Amino acid sequence: MQGLDLEYMLGLVPVILGYVPLTLGMAAAAMVLALVLAALLAVERVFRVAWLDWAVVLFISFFRGTPLLVQLFLFYYGLPQVLSVLTSIDGVTAAIMGLTLHFSAYMAETIRAAILGVDRSQWEAAQSIGMTQSQMMRRIILPQAARVAAPTLVNYFIDMIKGTSLAFTLGVTEMMGAAQKEAAGSFLYFEAFLVVALIYWAMVELLSQGQAWLETQLNKAYAR
Amino acid sequence: MISIRGLSKSFNGTAVLDGIDLDIAAGERVVVIGPSGTGKSTLLRSLNFLDRPEEGLIRIGDVMLDAADASNAEILALRRRTAFVFQNYALFANRTAKENIMEALVTVQGVPKPDAERRALDVLAETGLADKADSYPASLSGGQQQRVGIGRAMALGAELMLFDEPTSALDPEWVGEVLDLMRRVAEHRQTMLIVTHEMQFAREIADRVLFMEGGRIVEQGPPEQIFGAPRDPRLQRFLKRLSQ
Ligand SMILES: Nc1ncnc2c1ncn2[C@@H]1O[C@H](COP(=O)(O)OP(=O)(O)OP(=O)(O)O)[C@@H](O)[C@H]1O
Ligand SMILES: [Mg+2]
Repeated sequence: MQGLDLEYMLGLVPVILGYVPLTLGMAAAAMVLALVLAALLAVERVFRVAWLDWAVVLFISFFRGTPLLVQLFLFYYGLPQVLSVLTSIDGVTAAIMGLTLHFSAYMAETIRAAILGVDRSQWEAAQSIGMTQSQMMRRIILPQAARVAAPTLVNYFIDMIKGTSLAFTLGVTEMMGAAQKEAAGSFLYFEAFLVVALIYWAMVELLSQGQAWLETQLNKAYAR
Repeated sequence: MISIRGLSKSFNGTAVLDGIDLDIAAGERVVVIGPSGTGKSTLLRSLNFLDRPEEGLIRIGDVMLDAADASNAEILALRRRTAFVFQNYALFANRTAKENIMEALVTVQGVPKPDAERRALDVLAETGLADKADSYPASLSGGQQQRVGIGRAMALGAELMLFDEPTSALDPEWVGEVLDLMRRVAEHRQTMLIVTHEMQFAREIADRVLFMEGGRIVEQGPPEQIFGAPRDPRLQRFLKRLSQ
């Protein structure tokens, strides 16, 4: 076995790092959209709006029940054949859409469980003072549920960051794509992909630190 | 003036409130006593629609509704005429003591924040908790939490205050301070409907005592009559068991 070409790797690091903003940007956009969508889905699941409930159940079941890669291919390569409005969709947008829909299904279940975990007394107190349902959810229930759900939601964000590498398969030149191109010239595939792996690992480690900090903050909240 | 006619509620086919008729005058303090499981909590919860009664007319001040077909708007209006003090305090965990009192004023009544804050601080001073304004419920004792709970209800300016065993969950050392605060509330001529097992307190604070059993009001009258000369054998038995 040959030794690692460390010099090549070091030279590659700044190149790949240049794509980190794209990766984080896709993940952040998808995270924000997925949070909003997931909160709506979760609230629907808690209140079971008659005609909507079966559609939400179906949505969650489908996006949890099929692989992300398959979903991305469906959106990017499949749907434009059926829906002509989607023909102009680019890989980055398709990846963000796919990540949003996929992860919102998981996050909806997390948020739903957190909502149902809020003590009954909190619902009753809110009702007793004459709050409307939306006031009760926005001001009392969701903030308390968010506190419980936050660490799990950060886990999904981490999965999402890793999931952006699949945008490569939609022709997006992100970290993987860049490494692939570099390696095609140098034939140092192992080195190139190792750099990608190390950069992902470093990002996730940093986030895990942030997650631990967040958890201690959340445990301290409401205790003073 | 509060008037209730034919209030009925059942759980899984069992009648828990069996056609309750009750009038309460403005400023009147009515205490409800009775054995466990006779529908005392359900009566209070029905007046606030925390439990939805199947039948009955409820009139509180200018709100009048028919439980059988009450709309959401009517239910909200009714809730805004009543204030509920819970056995387990039920303070908003994500709000400080002050914010617990402000919440309904700002969100439900639309009072401007600075006014609501002033009102909340006044109420906290009256409950003796001025120094706990910025504390979250989790850092307060049971007695302190319940005093905030009563303060939250006081601030609403509700026509009727409902107390469901407000001292039952408290360690004995905190019971006195909560009862003291309820006496203060009574001094304001606040209309109160109180479920309690504190018979001494009931005797002292009540204008009228209701004895409930099996989802009905079996006997009612001034405390001297109910405790001194009970007529219904079920009430006699209930009081005898208490004094043992
Ligand atoms: N949500 C519910 N579902 C089913 N049954 C209920 C429910 N709430 C109350 N009940 C039943 O209704 C009856 C009356 O209950 P309620 O809580 O009103 O009694 P109570 O007089 O307040 O008793 P206690 O002194 O123990 O508080 C009880 O038999 C109780 O089991
Ligand atoms: Mg009860």
